[in-house]
Amino acid sequence: MNSMGFFEYLASRWDDLLELSIEHAQVVLVSLLIATVIGVSLGVLTYRRPAAAQVVLAIASTILTIPSFALFGLLIPLLGLGYKPTVVALSAYALLSILRNTITGLRSVDPAITESAKGMGLSNLQQLVRIELPLAWPVIIAGIRVSALLILGIAAIAAYVNGPGLGGDIFSGLSRIGGANSLNLVLGGFLGIIVLALVFEALFAVLGRLTTSKGLN
Amino acid sequence: MTDGMRERDNGHRETMIRLENLSKTFPGQHEPAVDDLTMEIYAGEIVVLVGPSGCGKTTTMKMINRIIEPTGGRIYIEGEDVTTADPDKLRRRIGYVIQQIGLFPHMTIADNIATVPRMLGWDKKRISDRIDELLETVHISKSYRDRYPKQLSGGQRQRIGVARAMAADPPIMLMDEPFGAVDPITRERLQDEFIRLQQDIQKTIVFVTHDIDEAIKMGDRIAILREQSKIAQYDTPERILTDPADEYVEDFIGSGASLKRLSLSRVQDIQTSDWPVAGLNDSHDGVRDKMQRSGKEYVLLLDDQRKPKRWVSMADIEHNGIPLSEAGWPAVAIVEGRSSLYDTLDTMITSYKGSAIVVDDAGRYQGVVDFDAVLQAIESMRPAQHRDGRAVPEGA
Repeated sequence: MNSMGFFEYLASRWDDLLELSIEHAQVVLVSLLIATVIGVSLGVLTYRRPAAAQVVLAIASTILTIPSFALFGLLIPLLGLGYKPTVVALSAYALLSILRNTITGLRSVDPAITESAKGMGLSNLQQLVRIELPLAWPVIIAGIRVSALLILGIAAIAAYVNGPGLGGDIFSGLSRIGGANSLNLVLGGFLGIIVLALVFEALFAVLGRLTTSKGLN
Repeated sequence: MTDGMRERDNGHRETMIRLENLSKTFPGQHEPAVDDLTMEIYAGEIVVLVGPSGCGKTTTMKMINRIIEPTGGRIYIEGEDVTTADPDKLRRRIGYVIQQIGLFPHMTIADNIATVPRMLGWDKKRISDRIDELLETVHISKSYRDRYPKQLSGGQRQRIGVARAMAADPPIMLMDEPFGAVDPITRERLQDEFIRLQQDIQKTIVFVTHDIDEAIKMGDRIAILREQSKIAQYDTPERILTDPADEYVEDFIGSGASLKRLSLSRVQDIQTSDWPVAGLNDSHDGVRDKMQRSGKEYVLLLDDQRKPKRWVSMADIEHNGIPLSEAGWPAVAIVEGRSSLYDTLDTMITSYKGSAIVVDDAGRYQGVVDFDAVLQAIESMRPAQHRDGRAVPEGA
């Protein structure tokens, strides 16, 4: 058997793994961005309308219960293979916790603060942009962070639709388990995702601190 | 009531806010929260809306800046019908302070204060100068500009709330139990500061409270409201205390109306007695001489700046050996001229001889008041309702 040890494997495929990790991170970030835009917008539109909020939350929750294999499969006839169905599915999965935290965050703003803002003559839009969103931001960013971790894992499954990222290695390793380097392929993919998760955590911690007012913590 | 006001106001007052048949029925309720309220609020006055909880006083106030939209009636500000005007523009002309203050926690003190001026498009320099000016006005150090609300005490937050409401110098301020959330000692200090401030800024202020004592202290005019914001009496504190319109008002004032009345009169307005005074550097013989001529048992000694220092009796200065600056006992029961009779009486009760020394702002001697003087002042208040010939009770 010409199978090498894991560290040997890492040393030999270092470049590939790095490239795949960057691909993986990129597709996750793009999906997060799309989910954030949609989630925050829907949250802003519905946080003062309990019935509407219920509906959008129910839809986002339902999406999350669809097994990822099934969702990717369902998207093939619509979007084909590759990058597109990956981003769509990941955005859909990322939606719930961003949407939910946006609604929770906006609703938890002290009514005395919004009343005084209104009393000073801030328009509804000004209240939202200058007061409510900045105050809800720490909660919203926590939602984005949870979504990021969730879809970092799910993104591996995107290999099923020929999506980018570390999933390819994991899948091909699993499909010929027992073969040369198959376990290394799987472990390499796992390691990449774990490292990415740690990097994302650190990134969000820094981003959260930089974008949250010092008056809030 | 109407007659009384017309007689006193004599047309000198300019109406700032006029509420006309104002009503509010909240959705899903049959009874209106405010029912057909008509009242005028005069420029430069603090008008206190006071009544039990649920009487509609807060709803009434919040209809003035249309935080709550009326379901009937009109609102006029400086003669202009603002019932359907752009509410955001209207609100920028009206300062607004609520009990919870509602400072923006994510903004610095300076940014909080700058909110309305920025919306009005003031330039940076003007806004910055105004922030400094306001911080000084509310006795907060300029070093607080870049701090956040959470770094402030309750009293400081309250002051910043007032400063923020005054930022663009609005002619009108609405204040909903503004001193309700601070401890009693801070509350009293904030009230005193605000009264002093109002003497300079002369805003038209609508002030809501459930506390009649606060109403008496703060109000130039008090509207005592019953259910659905119906006016039980709208009058000056003096008139409300001496001449309550009905049993409801009497009950609301509660016991001790005469004592409360004392908090409205200032000691500088009553006759101080003529008391012998001498300088600390006078000769013992001179002091003895003055005491004998005055017929009093004590002489008050003043220093070079005419600040009261010591009381001396004949026995204290029988021996020339003791210098005047050490003879007798120190003068401690001192009140400023603008102190209320209530506070003066309090000082007198705890003082040694039942009298208080009145001084001016700089601490210079003005006179002495004793129990007799206060009693006389009380006497002159009591028959007020008989004199004006309207509310004489049957068989009085």
